[in-house]
Amino acid sequence: MGVRGAATAWGRLDWPAASAELALGDRHAALPPVEGSLLAYGNGRSYGDVGLNPGGTLLKMRGLDRFIAFDADSGVLTCEAGVLLADILAVVVPRGWFLAVTPGTRFVTVGGAIANDVHGKNHHAAGSFGDHLLSFELLRSDGARLICSREGNSDWFATTIGGLGLTGVITQATIRLRRIRGTAMRVRNWRYTGLDEFFALNAAAEQAHEYAVAWIDCLAKTPRGVLMAADHGEGDLPAPHGEKRVPVTPPLSLVNGLSLRAFNAAYYGKPWPAEVHQHYLPYFYPLDAIRDWNRIYGNPGFYQYQCVVPPTAARDAIGEMLDAIATSGQGSFLAVLKNFGDRPTPGLLSFPMPGTTLALDFPNHGAATLALFERLDAIVRAAGGRLYAAKDARMPGDFFRAAYPQWQDFSRFVDPKFSSGFWRRVMEQA
Amino acid sequence: MSKRILIIGATSAIAEAAARQWAARGDALFLVGRKRQKLDDIAADLKVRGAANAGVFEMDATDAAMHPSMLEAAVTALGGLDVALIAHGTLPDQKACEASVAMTLAEIDNNGLSVVALCTLLGNHFEAQGSGSIAVISSVAGDRGRQSNYVYGAAKGMVTRYLQGLRNRLAKKNVQVLTIKPGFVDTPMTAAFSKGALWAQPGDVARGIVAAIDKGRDEVYLPGFWRLIMLVIRHIPEFVFKKLSL
Repeated sequence: MGVRGAATAWGRLDWPAASAELALGDRHAALPPVEGSLLAYGNGRSYGDVGLNPGGTLLKMRGLDRFIAFDADSGVLTCEAGVLLADILAVVVPRGWFLAVTPGTRFVTVGGAIANDVHGKNHHAAGSFGDHLLSFELLRSDGARLICSREGNSDWFATTIGGLGLTGVITQATIRLRRIRGTAMRVRNWRYTGLDEFFALNAAAEQAHEYAVAWIDCLAKTPRGVLMAADHGEGDLPAPHGEKRVPVTPPLSLVNGLSLRAFNAAYYGKPWPAEVHQHYLPYFYPLDAIRDWNRIYGNPGFYQYQCVVPPTAARDAIGEMLDAIATSGQGSFLAVLKNFGDRPTPGLLSFPMPGTTLALDFPNHGAATLALFERLDAIVRAAGGRLYAAKDARMPGDFFRAAYPQWQDFSRFVDPKFSSGFWRRVMEQA
Repeated sequence: MSKRILIIGATSAIAEAAARQWAARGDALFLVGRKRQKLDDIAADLKVRGAANAGVFEMDATDAAMHPSMLEAAVTALGGLDVALIAHGTLPDQKACEASVAMTLAEIDNNGLSVVALCTLLGNHFEAQGSGSIAVISSVAGDRGRQSNYVYGAAKGMVTRYLQGLRNRLAKKNVQVLTIKPGFVDTPMTAAFSKGALWAQPGDVARGIVAAIDKGRDEVYLPGFWRLIMLVIRHIPEFVFKKLSL
């Protein structure tokens, strides 16, 4: 449908523009013949340059937003790649189905969810988005259309899941949904103090609940936070309404040491009922209720740093990172802590691995922020962990290649016409 | 209560957006257009979105000889008809039309005469039935001829006038005739234009159409601010207007 506006990334950092942006509107059509490189662009919710192609062409996918088939008995849905997860929820929730895996925003396309093999609060129980993907069509620049699944073209299946859009254009996909018995979520909250308490509470919560995620106050002397676990409940609750909006972009970040300390203290201190029933929207997508929330970081934009570290090293590495952040004086409000389960990832370059993931937002303070990231990188590397490409805007190429040694196998599947800002960045001097 | 809705020009962006809103509330739809593959894709999409039915019929709207069998197919497939939306159209290349009588007449046919033909048929159908809604996408361009697109404007102006008369006739027969006048809409038809603040999204225009049909309105500008703009445009004296570059 209507496709307007120049392509941007969610972190609002200053990236060079693509030389052209072409809207696709017909999944049966061949790719447009263009000079230079191509990359599919979905809804612009990746944080850095993984979805951008400075100097090359972006193929805007939101026009491919048609459903193809839905079996309300088996919960199998086929749709075009530009359909938003929000559109899927609107159609399937009233019929008793839900996404088997959803990230923290529902405003991502199906194609983007596959290309980044996104995960959610139920990774320990359900794995990543690709684990519930049955098949998709991959359109290559030579015109070939590959139907990929675990049974057929399984190598293309594994390289395109988490393949960062580099293997071609995903035109349509078939996913398996999960049953629900209403829009209600049964949510349980626990405050914790110290990482040991988090790990103990979290281990118990993961045993008992499908979803578990923790917010962490990374500015407190002793790390503290709130663990939120949940399961789908029975019955319908009214959807909250009234979308808020950040109307303008302030010149400077509204998130700073002072506002953050106050905000974190208030957030930690607010009433956290031990058990509460709520609609699925505020549980899964609290920030979706504030349109353009990324503007609060002001004109310079912001970074997200999301890493995962293996279980044996997790406790110490997370502690060291929190110390480094506290020492740097740069804080993050949106700090999220979550354990990944140990099921093997469906994609060759998928981000999840057994261990603990920590995600933090930082206002862009230039060199100071980048210097902090180098200290964090050193901790993650020493622990044998890695960073999430969907969130990244700066990881050094050698770190990417060391942390994802499968990149060499993967690169044989990269379409010769496809590239991205991220890919050129991490492949420099390879 | 769910409605039985015929959409002519169903592959247009505005029509598809309206169809999605009807599908979401469980209405039954019958889609008419030139491109079979696209009709089939849209029908499949609408069924997933909740449409009680989504039949398709391949037809060029300028082929008036096909209109009766199309209407019969729609009535048969839907088991009756409550609403007809006419949404097909093209945006002529005004300069090219000035150099070609054939192209000018073809555009008048596509945007004007074909609509008149369809409304004649639908008007009689709904009149006999004693109920129903005919909703037609005309345009703000039909409110006054301007040098930049008066072939399109003339065709849409004919549609607007025709609908006024038809409404006057059918008002006594419990039939709604709705004239829809969109302003600039960001669709494939206008892909070549650079878009400013006046441009609307097809979904917003479609919401206005669905609401206007529900409320039994006669005429609607979409978005609403165009009513004011066109009020001004219509009232500029001709001796001034002719010197403007609009």
